[in-house]
Amino acid sequence: MPNASEFPRIETGAAEWVEVDVDGQPIQVRAGDSAAAAVLAAGLLPSRSTPVNNSPRAPYCMMGVCFECLLEIDGMENVQGCMTEVRPGMQIRRQQGARHAEPVTHDHEDRQS
Amino acid sequence: MNSDTYDLAIVGAGPAGMAAARTAAAQDLSIVLLDEQPAPGGQIYRSIRRPAPEDRRILGPDYYHGETLVRDLDHARIEYRSGTTVWALDDDHTLCASSPEGSTRIRAKRILLATGAQERPVPFPGWTLPGVMTCGAAQILLKSSGLVPSQPLVLAGSGPLLLLIAAQLHRAGVAIEAVLDTTPAGRYLDALPHLPGALRNLPLLWKGLGLLRELKQAGIKRFTQVSDLRALANKEGLLHQVQFHAKNATHRLPAQSLLVHQGVVPNVQLSRALGLEHRWHELQQCWHPVTNNWGETSREGVFISGDSAGIAGAKAAEQAGNLVALEVARQLNRLSTTQRDEQACPALKDLAKERAIRPFLDALYQPARSFLSPSDETLVCRCEEVSAGELRQMVDEGCRGPNQTKAFCRSGMGPCQGRLCGLTVSQVIAEHRRVPVEEVGYYQIRMPIKPLTLGELADLHE
Repeated sequence: MPNASEFPRIETGAAEWVEVDVDGQPIQVRAGDSAAAAVLAAGLLPSRSTPVNNSPRAPYCMMGVCFECLLEIDGMENVQGCMTEVRPGMQIRRQQGARHAEPVTHDHEDRQS
Repeated sequence: MNSDTYDLAIVGAGPAGMAAARTAAAQDLSIVLLDEQPAPGGQIYRSIRRPAPEDRRILGPDYYHGETLVRDLDHARIEYRSGTTVWALDDDHTLCASSPEGSTRIRAKRILLATGAQERPVPFPGWTLPGVMTCGAAQILLKSSGLVPSQPLVLAGSGPLLLLIAAQLHRAGVAIEAVLDTTPAGRYLDALPHLPGALRNLPLLWKGLGLLRELKQAGIKRFTQVSDLRALANKEGLLHQVQFHAKNATHRLPAQSLLVHQGVVPNVQLSRALGLEHRWHELQQCWHPVTNNWGETSREGVFISGDSAGIAGAKAAEQAGNLVALEVARQLNRLSTTQRDEQACPALKDLAKERAIRPFLDALYQPARSFLSPSDETLVCRCEEVSAGELRQMVDEGCRGPNQTKAFCRSGMGPCQGRLCGLTVSQVIAEHRRVPVEEVGYYQIRMPIKPLTLGELADLHE
Protein backbone atom coordinates (compact mmCIF):
# COMPACT_ATOMS: atom_id res chain seq x y z
CA MET A 1 0.00 0.00 0.00
CA PRO A 2 1.20 3.52 -0.74
CA ASN A 3 2.38 5.34 2.38
CA ALA A 4 2.15 8.78 0.77
CA SER A 5 -0.42 10.01 -1.69
CA GLU A 6 0.32 9.27 -5.33
CA PHE A 7 1.47 11.92 -7.79
CA PRO A 8 -1.64 12.26 -9.97
CA ARG A 9 -1.37 12.36 -13.76
CA ILE A 10 -2.98 15.07 -15.86
CA GLU A 11 -4.38 14.44 -19.33
CA THR A 12 -1.46 13.37 -21.50
CA GLY A 13 -0.90 12.93 -25.21
CA ALA A 14 -1.16 9.51 -26.81
CA ALA A 15 1.49 7.09 -25.56
CA GLU A 16 2.00 3.45 -24.83
CA TRP A 17 1.48 2.28 -21.29
CA VAL A 18 3.69 -0.30 -19.68
CA GLU A 19 3.32 -2.31 -16.50
CA VAL A 20 6.14 -2.24 -13.97
CA ASP A 21 6.39 -3.74 -10.51
CA VAL A 22 7.17 -1.42 -7.61
CA ASP A 23 7.77 -3.35 -4.39
CA GLY A 24 5.40 -6.11 -5.48
CA GLN A 25 2.71 -3.72 -6.62
CA PRO A 26 1.94 -3.75 -10.35
CA ILE A 27 1.48 -0.25 -11.72
CA GLN A 28 0.73 1.17 -15.16
CA VAL A 29 3.07 3.94 -16.27
CA ARG A 30 3.57 5.89 -19.46
CA ALA A 31 6.34 4.71 -21.78
CA GLY A 32 9.18 7.20 -21.33
CA ASP A 33 8.56 7.63 -17.61
CA SER A 34 11.57 7.17 -15.37
CA ALA A 35 11.70 4.55 -12.63
CA ALA A 36 11.73 7.41 -10.10
CA ALA A 37 8.56 8.82 -11.68
CA ALA A 38 6.98 5.35 -11.36
CA VAL A 39 7.71 5.32 -7.62
CA LEU A 40 6.17 8.79 -7.23
CA ALA A 41 3.16 7.76 -9.32
CA ALA A 42 2.71 4.78 -7.01
CA GLY A 43 3.02 7.03 -3.95
CA LEU A 44 5.63 4.74 -2.45
CA LEU A 45 7.57 7.17 -0.27
CA PRO A 46 10.15 7.15 1.17
CA SER A 47 11.80 5.57 -1.85
CA ARG A 48 14.94 4.71 0.10
CA SER A 49 16.63 5.16 3.44
CA THR A 50 20.20 6.38 3.70
CA PRO A 51 23.20 4.13 4.40
CA VAL A 52 24.48 6.59 7.05
CA ASN A 53 21.54 7.10 9.44
CA ASN A 54 18.72 5.21 7.76
CA SER A 55 16.88 8.50 7.23
CA PRO A 56 13.95 8.48 4.81
CA ARG A 57 14.44 10.03 1.37
CA ALA A 58 12.64 10.50 -1.94
CA PRO A 59 13.50 11.74 -5.45
CA TYR A 60 14.61 15.36 -5.15
CA CYS A 61 16.06 16.81 -8.39
CA MET A 62 14.86 14.33 -11.07
CA MET A 63 17.78 15.26 -13.32
CA GLY A 64 20.65 13.08 -12.21
CA VAL A 65 22.30 15.53 -9.80
CA CYS A 66 21.29 14.57 -6.26
CA PHE A 67 21.34 10.73 -6.21
CA GLU A 68 18.40 10.71 -3.78
CA CYS A 69 16.36 8.48 -6.10
CA LEU A 70 18.70 5.48 -5.85
CA LEU A 71 16.64 2.32 -6.34
CA GLU A 72 17.12 -1.38 -6.89
CA ILE A 73 16.17 -1.96 -10.51
CA ASP A 74 15.96 -5.47 -11.95
CA GLY A 75 18.17 -6.76 -9.17
CA MET A 76 20.84 -4.07 -9.39
CA GLU A 77 21.18 -1.76 -6.40
CA ASN A 78 22.13 1.94 -6.30
CA VAL A 79 20.70 2.76 -9.72
CA GLN A 80 19.64 6.37 -10.35
CA GLY A 81 15.89 5.99 -10.77
CA CYS A 82 15.45 9.35 -12.51
CA MET A 83 17.98 8.40 -15.21
CA THR A 84 16.43 5.02 -15.95
CA GLU A 85 13.49 4.70 -18.33
CA VAL A 86 10.86 2.11 -17.49
CA ARG A 87 10.69 -1.12 -19.47
CA PRO A 88 7.74 -3.52 -19.47
CA GLY A 89 8.03 -5.84 -16.49
CA MET A 90 10.74 -3.78 -14.78
CA GLN A 91 11.21 -4.81 -11.15
CA ILE A 92 11.67 -1.72 -9.00
CA ARG A 93 12.50 -2.04 -5.30
CA ARG A 94 12.96 0.65 -2.70
CA GLN A 95 16.36 0.57 -0.99
CA GLN A 96 16.74 0.27 2.76
CA GLY A 97 20.06 1.47 4.14
CA ALA A 98 23.35 0.44 2.60
CA ARG A 99 23.50 -1.85 -0.41
CA HIS A 100 24.22 -5.50 0.18
CA ALA A 101 27.39 -7.20 -0.92
CA GLU A 102 26.72 -10.87 -1.51
CA PRO A 103 29.58 -13.15 -0.49
CA VAL A 104 31.38 -14.41 -3.58
CA THR A 105 30.97 -18.13 -4.06
CA HIS A 106 33.58 -19.79 -6.22
CA ASP A 107 32.18 -22.53 -8.36
CA HIS A 108 35.30 -24.63 -8.97
CA GLU A 109 33.66 -27.06 -11.37
CA ASP A 110 32.62 -24.17 -13.58
CA ARG A 111 36.15 -22.82 -13.64
CA GLN A 112 37.69 -26.14 -14.54
CA SER A 113 35.33 -26.81 -17.41
CA MET B 1 34.97 0.57 -28.95
CA ASN B 2 34.68 3.50 -31.27
CA SER B 3 37.92 5.17 -32.29
CA ASP B 4 36.57 7.66 -34.85
CA THR B 5 37.83 11.19 -34.50
CA TYR B 6 35.18 13.86 -34.76
CA ASP B 7 35.78 17.53 -35.43
CA LEU B 8 33.65 18.48 -32.45
CA ALA B 9 32.33 16.50 -29.49
CA ILE B 10 29.56 18.21 -27.56
CA VAL B 11 28.58 17.16 -24.05
CA GLY B 12 24.93 17.99 -23.38
CA ALA B 13 22.00 18.47 -25.75
CA GLY B 14 20.33 21.53 -24.24
CA PRO B 15 19.98 24.82 -26.12
CA ALA B 16 23.74 25.54 -26.16
CA GLY B 17 24.73 22.05 -27.32
CA MET B 18 21.97 21.80 -29.92
CA ALA B 19 22.64 25.26 -31.38
CA ALA B 20 26.38 24.58 -31.52
CA ALA B 21 25.73 21.29 -33.33
CA ARG B 22 23.43 22.95 -35.86
CA THR B 23 25.85 25.80 -36.62
CA ALA B 24 28.90 23.53 -36.75
CA ALA B 25 27.08 21.12 -39.08
CA ALA B 26 26.31 24.03 -41.42
CA GLN B 27 30.11 24.50 -41.66
CA ASP B 28 30.46 20.83 -42.62
CA LEU B 29 32.14 19.81 -39.34
CA SER B 30 31.56 16.27 -38.09
CA ILE B 31 29.83 16.33 -34.73
CA VAL B 32 29.06 13.87 -32.00
CA LEU B 33 26.47 15.09 -29.52
CA LEU B 34 26.59 13.16 -26.25
CA ASP B 35 23.50 13.39 -24.09
CA GLU B 36 22.95 11.85 -20.70
CA GLN B 37 19.19 12.16 -21.15
CA PRO B 38 17.00 9.80 -23.17
CA ALA B 39 16.07 12.55 -25.66
CA PRO B 40 17.47 15.93 -26.72
CA GLY B 41 16.30 19.25 -25.25
CA GLY B 42 18.23 19.58 -22.00
CA GLN B 43 16.14 20.39 -18.94
CA ILE B 44 14.54 23.52 -20.40
CA TYR B 45 13.19 21.71 -23.49
CA ARG B 46 12.97 18.36 -21.79
CA SER B 47 10.87 15.75 -23.65
CA ILE B 48 10.18 18.34 -26.37
CA ARG B 49 9.86 15.59 -28.99
CA ARG B 50 7.10 14.02 -26.96
CA PRO B 51 5.84 16.34 -24.22
CA ALA B 52 3.43 14.58 -21.89
CA PRO B 53 0.80 17.31 -21.35
CA GLU B 54 -1.95 17.19 -23.98
CA ASP B 55 -2.73 20.90 -23.58
CA ARG B 56 0.06 23.07 -25.03
CA ARG B 57 -1.07 26.08 -22.97
CA ILE B 58 0.21 24.44 -19.77
CA LEU B 59 3.91 24.71 -20.59
CA GLY B 60 3.54 27.76 -22.83
CA PRO B 61 5.17 28.94 -26.10
CA ASP B 62 8.68 29.46 -24.67
CA TYR B 63 8.93 25.73 -24.10
CA TYR B 64 7.78 24.79 -27.59
CA HIS B 65 10.49 27.02 -29.08
CA GLY B 66 12.74 24.00 -28.47
CA GLU B 67 10.96 22.07 -31.25
CA THR B 68 12.98 23.84 -33.99
CA LEU B 69 16.30 23.21 -32.26
CA VAL B 70 15.59 19.51 -31.89
CA ARG B 71 14.32 19.20 -35.46
CA ASP B 72 17.60 20.63 -36.79
CA LEU B 73 19.60 17.85 -35.13
CA ASP B 74 18.39 15.62 -37.93
CA HIS B 75 21.48 16.33 -40.04
CA ALA B 76 23.92 13.98 -41.76
CA ARG B 77 26.91 15.56 -39.99
CA ILE B 78 25.42 15.26 -36.48
CA GLU B 79 25.58 11.98 -34.62
CA TYR B 80 23.29 12.24 -31.62
CA ARG B 81 23.83 9.67 -28.85
CA SER B 82 21.20 9.54 -26.12
CA GLY B 83 21.61 7.96 -22.70
CA THR B 84 25.36 8.56 -22.91
CA THR B 85 27.03 9.79 -19.72
CA VAL B 86 30.46 11.36 -20.07
CA TRP B 87 32.56 10.62 -16.97
CA ALA B 88 36.09 11.54 -17.98
CA LEU B 89 38.03 13.66 -20.45
CA ASP B 90 41.69 12.92 -21.07
CA ASP B 91 44.43 15.40 -21.98
CA ASP B 92 44.32 14.33 -25.65
CA HIS B 93 40.63 15.24 -26.03
CA THR B 94 39.42 11.69 -25.54
CA LEU B 95 36.11 11.40 -23.75
CA CYS B 96 35.09 8.36 -21.74
CA ALA B 97 31.36 7.72 -21.74
CA SER B 98 28.91 5.06 -20.65
CA SER B 99 25.64 4.05 -22.23
CA PRO B 100 23.38 1.01 -21.79
CA GLU B 101 25.46 -0.68 -24.54
CA GLY B 102 28.65 -0.27 -22.51
CA SER B 103 31.53 2.17 -22.22
CA THR B 104 33.30 3.85 -25.06
CA ARG B 105 36.11 6.29 -25.83
CA ILE B 106 35.36 9.17 -28.17
CA ARG B 107 38.04 11.37 -29.70
CA ALA B 108 37.46 14.82 -31.10
CA LYS B 109 39.59 17.72 -32.28
CA ARG B 110 37.57 20.15 -30.21
CA ILE B 111 35.39 19.63 -27.13
CA LEU B 112 32.38 21.66 -26.06
CA LEU B 113 31.03 21.24 -22.54
CA ALA B 114 27.41 22.34 -22.63
CA THR B 115 26.34 20.67 -19.42
CA GLY B 116 23.94 23.43 -18.41
CA ALA B 117 22.80 24.37 -14.98
CA GLN B 118 21.58 22.64 -11.87
CA GLU B 119 19.34 24.07 -9.22
CA ARG B 120 21.15 25.81 -6.40
CA PRO B 121 21.11 23.70 -3.25
CA VAL B 122 18.43 25.06 -0.90
CA PRO B 123 19.38 23.89 2.58
CA PHE B 124 16.89 24.55 5.39
CA PRO B 125 15.67 22.40 8.28
CA GLY B 126 13.71 19.47 6.84
CA TRP B 127 14.81 19.82 3.21
CA THR B 128 15.66 16.11 3.05
CA LEU B 129 12.15 14.95 3.94
CA PRO B 130 10.26 12.87 1.37
CA GLY B 131 7.72 15.30 -0.07
CA VAL B 132 10.24 18.12 -0.51
CA MET B 133 11.61 18.45 -4.04
CA THR B 134 12.91 21.17 -6.31
CA CYS B 135 10.73 23.26 -8.62
CA GLY B 136 12.86 21.94 -11.48
CA ALA B 137 12.05 18.36 -10.50
CA ALA B 138 8.32 19.12 -10.57
CA GLN B 139 8.71 20.71 -13.99
CA ILE B 140 10.56 17.67 -15.33
CA LEU B 141 7.79 15.37 -14.05
CA LEU B 142 5.21 17.62 -15.72
CA LYS B 143 7.04 17.81 -19.07
CA SER B 144 8.04 14.19 -19.42
CA SER B 145 5.32 12.30 -17.55
CA GLY B 146 2.38 14.65 -16.97
CA LEU B 147 2.72 13.88 -13.25
CA VAL B 148 1.94 16.61 -10.75
CA PRO B 149 2.80 16.81 -7.03
CA SER B 150 0.43 15.32 -4.49
CA GLN B 151 -1.58 17.88 -2.57
CA PRO B 152 -1.79 19.98 -0.45
CA LEU B 153 1.04 21.69 -2.31
CA VAL B 154 3.21 24.62 -1.17
CA LEU B 155 5.94 26.34 -3.19
CA ALA B 156 8.75 28.27 -1.51
CA GLY B 157 11.74 30.22 -2.72
CA SER B 158 12.81 32.97 -5.02
CA GLY B 159 13.38 33.42 -8.73
CA PRO B 160 11.60 33.23 -12.08
CA LEU B 161 11.27 29.44 -12.13
CA LEU B 162 9.28 29.52 -8.87
CA LEU B 163 6.62 31.70 -10.50
CA LEU B 164 6.73 29.81 -13.80
CA ILE B 165 6.16 26.35 -12.31
CA ALA B 166 3.42 27.76 -10.05
CA ALA B 167 1.66 29.13 -13.14
CA GLN B 168 2.20 25.92 -15.12
CA LEU B 169 0.84 23.73 -12.32
CA HIS B 170 -2.13 26.05 -11.91
CA ARG B 171 -2.85 25.82 -15.65
CA ALA B 172 -2.66 22.05 -15.27
CA GLY B 173 -5.47 22.23 -12.73
CA VAL B 174 -3.35 21.71 -9.61
CA ALA B 175 -4.54 23.46 -6.45
CA ILE B 176 -1.75 25.46 -4.79
CA GLU B 177 -2.04 26.08 -1.07
CA ALA B 178 0.41 29.00 -1.10
CA VAL B 179 3.50 30.45 -2.75
CA LEU B 180 6.08 31.55 -0.17
CA ASP B 181 8.38 34.19 -1.62
CA THR B 182 11.64 34.23 0.35
CA THR B 183 13.08 37.26 -1.50
CA PRO B 184 14.35 39.55 1.29
CA ALA B 185 12.93 43.10 1.37
CA GLY B 186 16.24 44.76 0.57
CA ARG B 187 16.68 42.95 -2.73
CA TYR B 188 14.35 45.30 -4.61
CA LEU B 189 16.58 48.20 -3.65
CA ASP B 190 19.70 46.19 -4.55
CA ALA B 191 18.25 45.47 -7.99
CA LEU B 192 17.22 49.04 -8.76
CA PRO B 193 20.63 50.25 -10.08
CA HIS B 194 20.48 47.38 -12.61
CA LEU B 195 17.04 48.35 -13.93
CA PRO B 196 18.35 50.18 -17.05
CA GLY B 197 19.93 46.93 -18.26
CA ALA B 198 16.70 45.07 -17.62
CA LEU B 199 14.77 47.61 -19.68
CA ARG B 200 16.80 46.47 -22.69
CA ASN B 201 14.84 43.24 -22.52
CA LEU B 202 11.29 44.42 -21.94
CA PRO B 203 9.58 41.27 -23.26
CA LEU B 204 11.26 39.16 -20.55
CA LEU B 205 10.40 41.74 -17.88
CA TRP B 206 6.75 41.70 -19.00
CA LYS B 207 6.71 37.92 -18.88
CA GLY B 208 7.78 37.99 -15.25
CA LEU B 209 5.15 40.55 -14.33
CA GLY B 210 2.61 38.55 -16.35
CA LEU B 211 3.30 35.47 -14.23
CA LEU B 212 2.76 37.45 -11.02
CA ARG B 213 -0.52 38.75 -12.43
CA GLU B 214 -1.60 35.26 -13.50
CA LEU B 215 -1.01 33.89 -9.99
CA LYS B 216 -2.84 36.80 -8.42
CA GLN B 217 -5.83 36.42 -10.72
CA ALA B 218 -5.90 32.72 -9.91
CA GLY B 219 -6.38 33.69 -6.27
CA ILE B 220 -3.26 31.82 -5.12
CA LYS B 221 -2.18 32.90 -1.66
CA ARG B 222 1.27 34.51 -1.80
CA PHE B 223 3.34 35.36 1.26
CA THR B 224 6.26 37.73 0.73
CA GLN B 225 9.50 38.26 2.70
CA VAL B 226 9.18 34.76 4.08
CA SER B 227 11.92 33.59 6.45
CA ASP B 228 12.64 30.71 8.85
CA LEU B 229 11.35 28.09 6.42
CA ARG B 230 11.06 24.65 7.94
CA ALA B 231 9.61 21.35 6.68
CA LEU B 232 7.97 19.23 9.38
CA ALA B 233 7.48 15.47 9.30
CA ASN B 234 4.64 13.23 10.49
CA LYS B 235 5.36 10.08 12.46
CA GLU B 236 6.10 8.14 9.26
CA GLY B 237 8.90 10.60 8.51
CA LEU B 238 7.13 12.18 5.53
CA LEU B 239 6.52 15.88 4.92
CA HIS B 240 3.35 16.92 6.71
CA GLN B 241 3.55 20.68 7.37
CA VAL B 242 5.49 23.72 6.22
CA GLN B 243 6.37 26.27 8.89
CA PHE B 244 7.59 29.78 8.14
CA HIS B 245 7.76 33.33 9.36
CA ALA B 246 5.99 36.18 7.53
CA LYS B 247 4.19 39.37 8.50
CA ASN B 248 5.55 39.22 12.07
CA ALA B 249 4.00 35.83 12.73
CA THR B 250 4.86 32.16 12.48
CA HIS B 251 2.57 30.22 10.16
CA ARG B 252 2.00 26.53 9.53
CA LEU B 253 0.41 25.11 6.41
CA PRO B 254 -0.52 21.50 5.71
CA ALA B 255 1.59 20.05 2.87
CA GLN B 256 2.13 16.70 1.18
CA SER B 257 4.46 18.39 -1.32
CA LEU B 258 6.81 21.33 -0.95
CA LEU B 259 8.60 22.61 -4.06
CA VAL B 260 11.68 24.73 -3.39
CA HIS B 261 13.82 26.93 -5.60
CA GLN B 262 16.61 29.49 -5.17
CA GLY B 263 17.72 29.94 -8.75
CA VAL B 264 20.12 27.87 -10.83
CA VAL B 265 23.91 27.67 -10.89
CA PRO B 266 26.39 26.36 -13.49
CA ASN B 267 27.02 22.64 -13.50
CA VAL B 268 30.80 22.76 -13.02
CA GLN B 269 31.47 19.09 -12.28
CA LEU B 270 33.33 18.38 -15.51
CA SER B 271 35.10 21.75 -15.77
CA ARG B 272 36.25 21.35 -12.15
CA ALA B 273 37.45 17.80 -12.75
CA LEU B 274 39.54 19.14 -15.65
CA GLY B 275 41.15 21.63 -13.29
CA LEU B 276 40.03 24.58 -15.42
CA GLU B 277 40.21 28.06 -13.95
CA HIS B 278 37.03 29.18 -12.13
CA ARG B 279 36.07 32.51 -10.61
CA TRP B 280 33.57 33.40 -7.93
CA HIS B 281 30.65 35.46 -9.29
CA GLU B 282 29.52 37.68 -6.44
CA LEU B 283 26.13 38.70 -7.84
CA GLN B 284 25.19 35.14 -8.86
CA GLN B 285 26.83 33.67 -5.74
CA CYS B 286 28.36 30.79 -7.64
CA TRP B 287 31.48 29.73 -9.58
CA HIS B 288 31.97 30.39 -13.28
CA PRO B 289 34.60 28.66 -15.40
CA VAL B 290 36.77 31.28 -17.09
CA THR B 291 36.25 31.48 -20.86
CA ASN B 292 37.16 33.95 -23.58
CA ASN B 293 34.57 35.69 -25.81
CA TRP B 294 34.31 32.56 -27.96
CA GLY B 295 33.78 30.20 -25.05
CA GLU B 296 37.30 28.72 -25.03
CA THR B 297 38.56 27.80 -21.57
CA SER B 298 41.99 27.93 -19.97
CA ARG B 299 42.63 24.60 -21.71
CA GLU B 300 43.14 25.02 -25.45
CA GLY B 301 40.53 23.28 -27.57
CA VAL B 302 38.07 22.86 -24.70
CA PHE B 303 35.06 25.17 -24.84
CA ILE B 304 32.16 25.84 -22.47
CA SER B 305 28.94 27.54 -23.44
CA GLY B 306 25.44 28.09 -22.13
CA ASP B 307 24.50 28.11 -18.48
CA SER B 308 27.46 25.90 -17.55
CA ALA B 309 29.63 28.96 -18.30
CA GLY B 310 27.47 31.32 -16.21
CA ILE B 311 23.72 31.68 -15.84
CA ALA B 312 22.16 33.69 -18.67
CA GLY B 313 19.16 31.59 -19.72
CA ALA B 314 18.14 29.40 -22.65
CA LYS B 315 18.07 32.08 -25.36
CA ALA B 316 21.56 33.27 -24.44
CA ALA B 317 22.76 29.66 -24.31
CA GLU B 318 21.66 29.15 -27.90
CA GLN B 319 23.68 32.15 -29.08
CA ALA B 320 26.71 31.20 -26.99
CA GLY B 321 26.59 27.76 -28.63
CA ASN B 322 26.55 29.41 -32.05
CA LEU B 323 29.66 31.43 -31.20
CA VAL B 324 31.59 28.33 -30.14
CA ALA B 325 30.66 26.57 -33.38
CA LEU B 326 31.86 29.51 -35.46
CA GLU B 327 35.17 29.73 -33.61
CA VAL B 328 35.72 25.97 -33.92
CA ALA B 329 35.00 26.29 -37.65
CA ARG B 330 37.64 29.02 -37.82
CA GLN B 331 40.19 27.00 -35.87
CA LEU B 332 39.62 24.02 -38.18
CA ASN B 333 39.99 26.25 -41.27
CA ARG B 334 36.37 26.17 -42.40
CA LEU B 335 35.97 29.94 -41.88
CA SER B 336 38.32 32.88 -42.08
CA THR B 337 38.48 35.28 -39.15
CA THR B 338 36.49 37.83 -41.14
CA GLN B 339 33.82 35.27 -42.03
CA ARG B 340 33.58 34.15 -38.42
CA ASP B 341 33.17 37.73 -37.22
CA GLU B 342 30.54 38.49 -39.85
CA GLN B 343 28.51 35.42 -39.02
CA ALA B 344 28.84 36.07 -35.30
CA CYS B 345 27.19 39.50 -35.48
CA PRO B 346 23.54 38.48 -34.97
CA ALA B 347 24.51 36.08 -32.15
CA LEU B 348 26.56 38.75 -30.37
CA LYS B 349 23.71 41.24 -30.60
CA ASP B 350 21.15 38.80 -29.17
CA LEU B 351 23.56 37.67 -26.50
CA ALA B 352 24.14 41.24 -25.32
CA LYS B 353 20.40 41.76 -24.97
CA GLU B 354 19.89 38.51 -23.07
CA ARG B 355 22.81 39.24 -20.76
CA ALA B 356 21.76 42.83 -20.08
CA ILE B 357 18.84 41.77 -17.86
CA ARG B 358 20.88 39.32 -15.77
CA PRO B 359 22.42 41.71 -13.21
CA PHE B 360 18.90 42.94 -12.39
CA LEU B 361 17.57 39.37 -11.96
CA ASP B 362 20.73 38.25 -10.14
CA ALA B 363 20.49 41.11 -7.63
CA LEU B 364 16.74 40.75 -7.16
CA TYR B 365 16.76 36.98 -6.68
CA GLN B 366 20.00 36.54 -4.78
CA PRO B 367 19.09 33.97 -2.12
CA ALA B 368 18.59 35.09 1.48
CA ARG B 369 21.71 34.52 3.65
CA SER B 370 19.97 31.70 5.53
CA PHE B 371 19.93 29.56 2.35
CA LEU B 372 23.58 30.30 1.53
CA SER B 373 24.93 29.67 5.00
CA PRO B 374 22.20 27.82 6.92
CA SER B 375 21.60 27.37 10.65
CA ASP B 376 23.73 24.88 12.64
CA GLU B 377 21.02 22.22 12.76
CA THR B 378 20.54 22.17 8.95
CA LEU B 379 22.00 19.28 6.95
CA VAL B 380 24.37 20.59 4.28
CA CYS B 381 25.70 17.33 2.79
CA ARG B 382 22.62 15.21 2.17
CA CYS B 383 24.57 12.08 1.18
CA GLU B 384 26.84 11.87 4.21
CA GLU B 385 24.45 13.73 6.52
CA VAL B 386 26.74 16.49 7.70
CA SER B 387 25.19 19.59 9.30
CA ALA B 388 26.27 23.22 9.04
CA GLY B 389 27.05 23.13 12.77
CA GLU B 390 29.50 20.24 12.32
CA LEU B 391 31.25 22.16 9.53
CA ARG B 392 31.53 25.27 11.71
CA GLN B 393 32.95 23.19 14.53
CA MET B 394 35.59 21.81 12.17
CA VAL B 395 36.50 25.36 11.17
CA ASP B 396 36.88 26.18 14.88
CA GLU B 397 39.22 23.21 15.14
CA GLY B 398 41.38 24.53 12.30
CA CYS B 399 39.89 23.40 8.97
CA ARG B 400 40.41 26.12 6.40
CA GLY B 401 38.69 24.77 3.29
CA PRO B 402 36.22 22.22 1.89
CA ASN B 403 38.87 19.61 1.11
CA GLN B 404 39.91 19.53 4.75
CA THR B 405 36.37 19.23 6.11
CA LYS B 406 35.83 16.51 3.51
CA ALA B 407 38.70 14.51 4.96
CA PHE B 408 37.35 14.84 8.50
CA CYS B 409 33.61 14.30 7.99
CA ARG B 410 33.14 12.94 4.45
CA SER B 411 31.00 15.89 3.33
CA GLY B 412 31.06 15.78 -0.47
CA MET B 413 32.17 12.15 -0.63
CA GLY B 414 28.77 10.56 -1.14
CA PRO B 415 27.28 9.44 -4.45
CA CYS B 416 26.43 12.99 -5.63
CA GLN B 417 30.15 13.81 -5.43
CA GLY B 418 29.56 17.21 -3.88
CA ARG B 419 27.09 18.49 -6.45
CA LEU B 420 24.49 19.31 -3.81
CA CYS B 421 26.72 20.56 -1.00
CA GLY B 422 29.78 22.08 -2.70
CA LEU B 423 28.52 25.66 -2.85
CA THR B 424 27.11 25.60 0.67
CA VAL B 425 30.17 24.01 2.30
CA SER B 426 32.46 26.67 0.82
CA GLN B 427 30.12 29.46 1.88
CA VAL B 428 29.64 28.15 5.42
CA ILE B 429 33.41 27.91 5.87
CA ALA B 430 34.04 31.34 4.32
CA GLU B 431 31.42 33.03 6.46
CA HIS B 432 32.64 31.36 9.64
CA ARG B 433 36.26 32.24 8.87
CA ARG B 434 35.19 35.75 7.80
CA VAL B 435 37.10 35.52 4.52
CA PRO B 436 35.93 35.72 0.88
CA VAL B 437 34.64 32.46 -0.68
CA GLU B 438 37.45 32.61 -3.21
CA GLU B 439 39.99 32.23 -0.45
CA VAL B 440 38.26 29.07 0.77
CA GLY B 441 37.95 27.56 -2.72
CA TYR B 442 35.99 24.52 -3.83
CA TYR B 443 36.14 20.74 -3.65
CA GLN B 444 38.85 19.07 -5.67
CA ILE B 445 36.56 17.20 -8.10
CA ARG B 446 38.07 14.09 -9.61
CA MET B 447 37.17 11.88 -12.55
CA PRO B 448 35.19 9.71 -13.00
CA ILE B 449 32.53 12.35 -12.37
CA LYS B 450 29.77 9.75 -12.08
CA PRO B 451 29.81 6.55 -10.03
CA LEU B 452 30.70 3.64 -12.32
CA THR B 453 30.38 -0.09 -12.15
CA LEU B 454 33.58 -2.11 -12.50
CA GLY B 455 32.06 -3.44 -15.71
CA GLU B 456 31.86 0.05 -17.17
CA LEU B 457 35.55 0.57 -16.45
CA ALA B 458 36.56 -2.86 -17.70
CA ASP B 459 34.72 -2.22 -20.96
CA LEU B 460 37.42 0.23 -21.93
CA HIS B 461 40.15 -2.42 -21.76
CA GLU B 462 41.92 -2.58 -25.07
